[in-house]
Amino acid sequence: MRRHLISAADLSRDDALLILDTADELAKISERSIKKLPTLRGRTVVNLFFEDSTRTRISFEAAAKRLSADVINFSAKGSSVSKGESLKDTALTLEAMGADAVVIRHSASGAPHRLAGWVRGSVVNAGDGTHEHPTQALLDAFTMRRRLGSLEGRRVAIVGDVLHSRVARSNVLLLATLGAEVTLVAPPTLFPVSVGSWPCEFSYDLDAVLPKSDVVMMLRVQRERMNAAFFPTEREYSRRYGLDRDRVARMPDHALVMHPGPMNRGMEIAAEVADSPRSTIVEQVANGVTARMAVLYLLLGGAELGGEN
Amino acid sequence: MNDRTQNSAGGRGGFLIRGARLLGGEATDILVRDGVVAAIGRGLQAPGDAEVVEAAGLVALPGLVDLHTHLREPGREDAETVATGTRAAALGGYTAVHAMANTEPVADTAGVVEQVWRLGQEAGHCDVQPVGAVTVGLAGESLAELGAMADSAARVRVFSDDGKCVSDAVLMRRALEYVKAFDGVIAQHAQEPRLTVGAQMNEGAVSGRLGLTGWPAVAEEAVIARDCLLAAHVGSRLHVCHVSTAGSVEIIRWAKSKGWDVTAEVTPHHLLLTDDLVEDSPVGSYNPIYKVNPPLRTHADVQALREALADGTIDCVATDHAPHPVEDKETEWAAAAMGMIGLETALPVVQEAMVDTGLLDWAGVAERMSYAPARIGRLTGHGRPIEVGEPANITLYDPAVRAAVDPAGYASKSRNTPYEGRTLPGRVVATFLRGRPTVLDGKLA
Repeated sequence: MRRHLISAADLSRDDALLILDTADELAKISERSIKKLPTLRGRTVVNLFFEDSTRTRISFEAAAKRLSADVINFSAKGSSVSKGESLKDTALTLEAMGADAVVIRHSASGAPHRLAGWVRGSVVNAGDGTHEHPTQALLDAFTMRRRLGSLEGRRVAIVGDVLHSRVARSNVLLLATLGAEVTLVAPPTLFPVSVGSWPCEFSYDLDAVLPKSDVVMMLRVQRERMNAAFFPTEREYSRRYGLDRDRVARMPDHALVMHPGPMNRGMEIAAEVADSPRSTIVEQVANGVTARMAVLYLLLGGAELGGEN
Repeated sequence: MNDRTQNSAGGRGGFLIRGARLLGGEATDILVRDGVVAAIGRGLQAPGDAEVVEAAGLVALPGLVDLHTHLREPGREDAETVATGTRAAALGGYTAVHAMANTEPVADTAGVVEQVWRLGQEAGHCDVQPVGAVTVGLAGESLAELGAMADSAARVRVFSDDGKCVSDAVLMRRALEYVKAFDGVIAQHAQEPRLTVGAQMNEGAVSGRLGLTGWPAVAEEAVIARDCLLAAHVGSRLHVCHVSTAGSVEIIRWAKSKGWDVTAEVTPHHLLLTDDLVEDSPVGSYNPIYKVNPPLRTHADVQALREALADGTIDCVATDHAPHPVEDKETEWAAAAMGMIGLETALPVVQEAMVDTGLLDWAGVAERMSYAPARIGRLTGHGRPIEVGEPANITLYDPAVRAAVDPAGYASKSRNTPYEGRTLPGRVVATFLRGRPTVLDGKLA
């Protein structure tokens, strides 16, 4: 594994399995009454959030603190893409403060790549624009593995706004690396034109995909898409691509329902489906802390993940 | 004095260029006096007061003409000024450049275009021919005073809202019709605005992977098709700026086959660079040094553009020299300014893409980098063959040199070149503007 985790494509199969195995070990600690390890004592992790995301920030913060790292939360909301210097100036500030790892969330795709060129510490991508969110993919894979065992040959449907989804991009890459078969499902307007070159299948027909899926991952539909002619109405989207009880009934009995949250209940997912025993949505949140602990531990703890350093 | 010149007369008595190859032909001598080519032939004797320039192995090209340069003055003198930009032009072998209108204030009045023109005259490194804006403030809402700019001291003939497409079909029609009164041309930046909202790079496999909003080829092609039809309908001249896609080439080829008065340009960077570089390059991913509008396209597009330039479908090479200060590029991709500098690398890039590949000879280069742009811009005194009696606008170029690009020594105020560290062929050795050297031995004279 490299010094940074910017894209799910940075992870070889061995890297990914090592992270998931490490997360398994770390999960046991989270079950203890004192959920803390001294592993990253004296290390500084900066949460650099140019975009609001309380859930992800808290998840990284909890992960770093459970490993005893010092955590600095740096919220730079409002200055994101308005004037260029801010990211580089901020990077230089972080350098001066001796950050060992910078966890960055940014509305601009590629911002973590740029940051990685300006800081000496490790950069962890916590979501960049419409590009990637690799730790989300890791926590999703971790969740699937805990429920289903090996991901080799498992069939995963990812449904919704693929075009703008960093979750979908990272999941497609990581799941392909782990041997799962991914099918993306969306209306044609919500696919990138190049989706045919991705390491997955794609379909416009959710009902055709459901019966052969081990996992159905629903993506959040952002409200601004609803006013930009990506689909005619919320109602039509919900009818064609929403996951309701009838559709769940067409899934295999063992199949899981996932969602990265936050959900639009009643839009892409019916409330009763979100709250059903098949749903892993709450588990995903808990697993997020564990998976991020594994990433920070392996990037900063001195242990190599194999491959280039 | 320099390595290649002898005699200390400083060129007051003219120059004898000895042993240059005229458009790649046999070596000959060229005597330049009083601003014109006085004699051409082998074994010419230098008059006593003439300076001799040894040009063995060098190609003599007519002074290059750029139809598309951003000099940034007035308004963004931190990025470039008329003086620095024209120094860069001279070092690139140019004797005339068209200065784009998107300055601050916009060059949409006779006053601003005359200011730019006079600044060029005062700097004296090459002729500066201002381009006038098509619409007031580049806002795309009402026509600028095109006639006043045409009648001004700057004698504007090329009008463009470059960077912003004149997307309103009625306004575009009116502009095309109006400039017929003074033989003007509308140079369109073809970009359908609704299809490119938030666009960051070429729409395709790379943009899909990188999560950058795509700038689809069709957004360029649709506007070019519409404008060709409009130009034909009103019987006017249309010039298509920086063509970037294979589809655009097909449309222009079709328009020309109809006999319509449509011309087109391509930038050096669109002849060499592809969108893959945004994802994977020696300077990393998402490096905005590759962010340009229109965006870098695919290998297939590059190939189509090269072939179109070779067969004349695309008339000329234009640099779209777009200087930006470092802070406008040293940032995240989405926040970075679009554009790259190009005056000082244009000829080497064209050599690599077109000459070294066998697609063009030096006569072809002269046509596409001097004659055609001067013709389209209606510049008299530039784009003339190197013949006795013609203005002595001459570029001496050494195609045999190969060196890594080091922008540290560039005359442009900005350094946003994608070629830093890349080995490119060729070097401009000397540039003469009406017989006066602006560059000698690769340095400003």
